[in-house]
Amino acid sequence: MDKKINQTIESIDPRITRAKIQSGNKADMEGLAHFQTFEVFHQNKRGAQHKHVGIVHAPNPDMALLYAKEQYARREVTANIWVVPSSCISATEYSDDDIFTTAPEKLYRNPANYKVMDRINAFKERGSKPTDKV
Amino acid sequence: MNSIDALKELLYKTADDQLIIGHRNSEWTGLGPILEEDIAFSSMAQDKVGQSEHLYNLLHQLGEADADTVAFTRNASQFHSSKFVELPIGDYSFSLIRHFLFDFAEYLRFESLRGSAYEPLAQVANKFFGEIKYHTMHANTWLDQLGNGNEESHSKMQDSLNYAWNYALGIFEPGPAEKILIDENIFIGEENLRKRWLDVIAPLIQNSGLSLPSNDEWKPIYGGRNGRHTEHLQPLLEEMTEVYSIDPSADW
Repeated sequence: MDKKINQTIESIDPRITRAKIQSGNKADMEGLAHFQTFEVFHQNKRGAQHKHVGIVHAPNPDMALLYAKEQYARREVTANIWVVPSSCISATEYSDDDIFTTAPEKLYRNPANYKVMDRINAFKERGSKPTDKV
Repeated sequence: MNSIDALKELLYKTADDQLIIGHRNSEWTGLGPILEEDIAFSSMAQDKVGQSEHLYNLLHQLGEADADTVAFTRNASQFHSSKFVELPIGDYSFSLIRHFLFDFAEYLRFESLRGSAYEPLAQVANKFFGEIKYHTMHANTWLDQLGNGNEESHSKMQDSLNYAWNYALGIFEPGPAEKILIDENIFIGEENLRKRWLDVIAPLIQNSGLSLPSNDEWKPIYGGRNGRHTEHLQPLLEEMTEVYSIDPSADW
């Protein structure tokens, strides 16, 4: 049998298996203390909303932008990227998620309940001016 | 040497530089200092290999063998890449310094080629200009970060810069028929390019707290453009062509 197969695999992390860095190296972990997470927002065309797409780890905003480009814009049509330190995000508590429940009889708040497309299409077909009677 | 031969020489050295540094930098894949950097550096290495393929395709249109044959069947002595790009990846500071010095030269080369009178080359230069611009942003951000970092990062970067410098000057080894390329507005020539490069990188190096080696130590390391390489290129080629050598028709 091949000798390699008999070896105990310490880790599948190539830094440990190929670069022979000891796992759990404390110096490595301390280096990461300089890093923070940044939330990444991606815009696919000018004027469109930036949408949250994930995070990157970086020591500062400049490097976060570099990484965000490769992580989140490499395969997407992109006009612009924002990064925001995760620590700047304020969030509601999941334990308070009952504040988002809406009573079922308030469906009038839901725009899907307003059937106006027929009227809008009729308006467009006539090429009417806004002041015309519908 | 006629203008077609001069053009081929320009295409070969530009493409070979990109293929070899692309392969070298891909050796960091899986070993990068953090995940995000690993992905970014690997992606840029891929960009360079992809760019070289487009330049090899231009050579193919000029009657040379197809891109795979040109990339995978030549010996070290048939490559026109500079010695700089074949040097081993070293530690990360060296790879970053090479990334900075080489990519700014590449950026300025492509910037000038966008206006080349040889239209197919101008189109390729335009197509990849954005990719290479990002590469220079990445390189300069790292240079600033580590040059102005702590004592350890600064001294590693300075040592690597000192070591890399004369190799980097070797990028601008004069070609045999540059006058033809310049007269026909195909390329501005290596000496012009070197001047532009120094104008751009000198202030960036200064801003990062690093110093260029003093002028009297500038001794460009030439030879690569004429197929004279260090002992590092042939093993790289053997690794790069391993799959192709087993099965030239393999698709991956």
